[in-house]
Amino acid sequence: MQQNIAGTLGEYENRSLDTICVNDSLQKESWVANIKYGVVGLLFGIVFVKAEVISWFRIQEMFRLESFHMYGVIGVAVIVGAISVWAIKRFGIKSIGGEHIEFHDKKFNKGQIYGATLFGLGWAITGACPGPLFAQIGTGALVIGVTLLSAIAGTWVYGYFREKLPH
Amino acid sequence: MIYELKYLRENYFQHTMFELINLVKSPWHWSVAGILVGLTVPALLILGNKHFGISANLRHACAACLPANIPFFNYEWKKEVWNFFFVGGLILGAFLAAQFLQTSGPVDIHPNLANDLAQSGITDYSSLVPQQLFNLENLFTWKGLFFFVIGGFLVGFGARYAGGCTSGHAISGLSNLQWPSLVATIFFMVGGFVSANLIVPFLLNL
Repeated sequence: MQQNIAGTLGEYENRSLDTICVNDSLQKESWVANIKYGVVGLLFGIVFVKAEVISWFRIQEMFRLESFHMYGVIGVAVIVGAISVWAIKRFGIKSIGGEHIEFHDKKFNKGQIYGATLFGLGWAITGACPGPLFAQIGTGALVIGVTLLSAIAGTWVYGYFREKLPH
Repeated sequence: MIYELKYLRENYFQHTMFELINLVKSPWHWSVAGILVGLTVPALLILGNKHFGISANLRHACAACLPANIPFFNYEWKKEVWNFFFVGGLILGAFLAAQFLQTSGPVDIHPNLANDLAQSGITDYSSLVPQQLFNLENLFTWKGLFFFVIGGFLVGFGARYAGGCTSGHAISGLSNLQWPSLVATIFFMVGGFVSANLIVPFLLNL
């Protein structure tokens, strides 16, 4: 799609390249202020363990069509998320820092086919997508740290070959 | 009379607390989990204009530790430090839940899956991660190479190539009604179906 894109882009464009999860805030926050995101993460981690979202078995059941559980979790999460996003847009809800919350349209590229398929292959093997990888380590399965390091290596290799890959 | 009432009330309170603790400790229903996961999206937006996603952390780790002059890793990762806090909390939350909020009992799994796994020697369902597969002894075997190293590599490489993982595309992206995220989610599932039904059974018997 793009040729040597990172060299010609601004900082924000490069930072948000191939990424949905970005910090849109222009405000500079102190280290202490970041603790609130840690608290959200903590609650999120408890949900992941308690609802067995991080279970290798549940992921196998999902892909073998033997359980509705994961479809239920993801389906309800999308509905709740969509209603929330709609409400934020409709009522112009601002962040607690008083900033306008902006949403960006995602452009299509072929990575969403090739990359997503490769991701899916790995997802069923490891029984975990990136969030559960962290959570599994938290539950004491320290050996999953190897999987996490390998996932970081995979990300690095993608960055290295990015401009040569079809997009 | 007054004494009896007080006793009853205390008893009732204890009973309710007991029920509540049991409820928290048993596995949660998918609808409860779905609502709480979904609420993470507005929580992060309202707390600080942050878009929910997790695999970006893997990229920030590259940018922070080994950018190696690769343009893709040359950005101000410090602006995304909040995400390291998020996964830090995630690890801690998982630790607390596993230590204090878990009943000790086997994970409930579908009999067909149990059957197939038993043929590959996996019979222990006491933990969410099968310990007979994900253990240190397996790490340096062919099984380990696939389940740890290659599996992890595909997750990291694929997530970035796709522009997001399950949280970024399937939760954040779909919540914002982005059709490219729907395409990505569909192909996550395609890869998963192929892998779980055709590749994993083969790998389990390595």
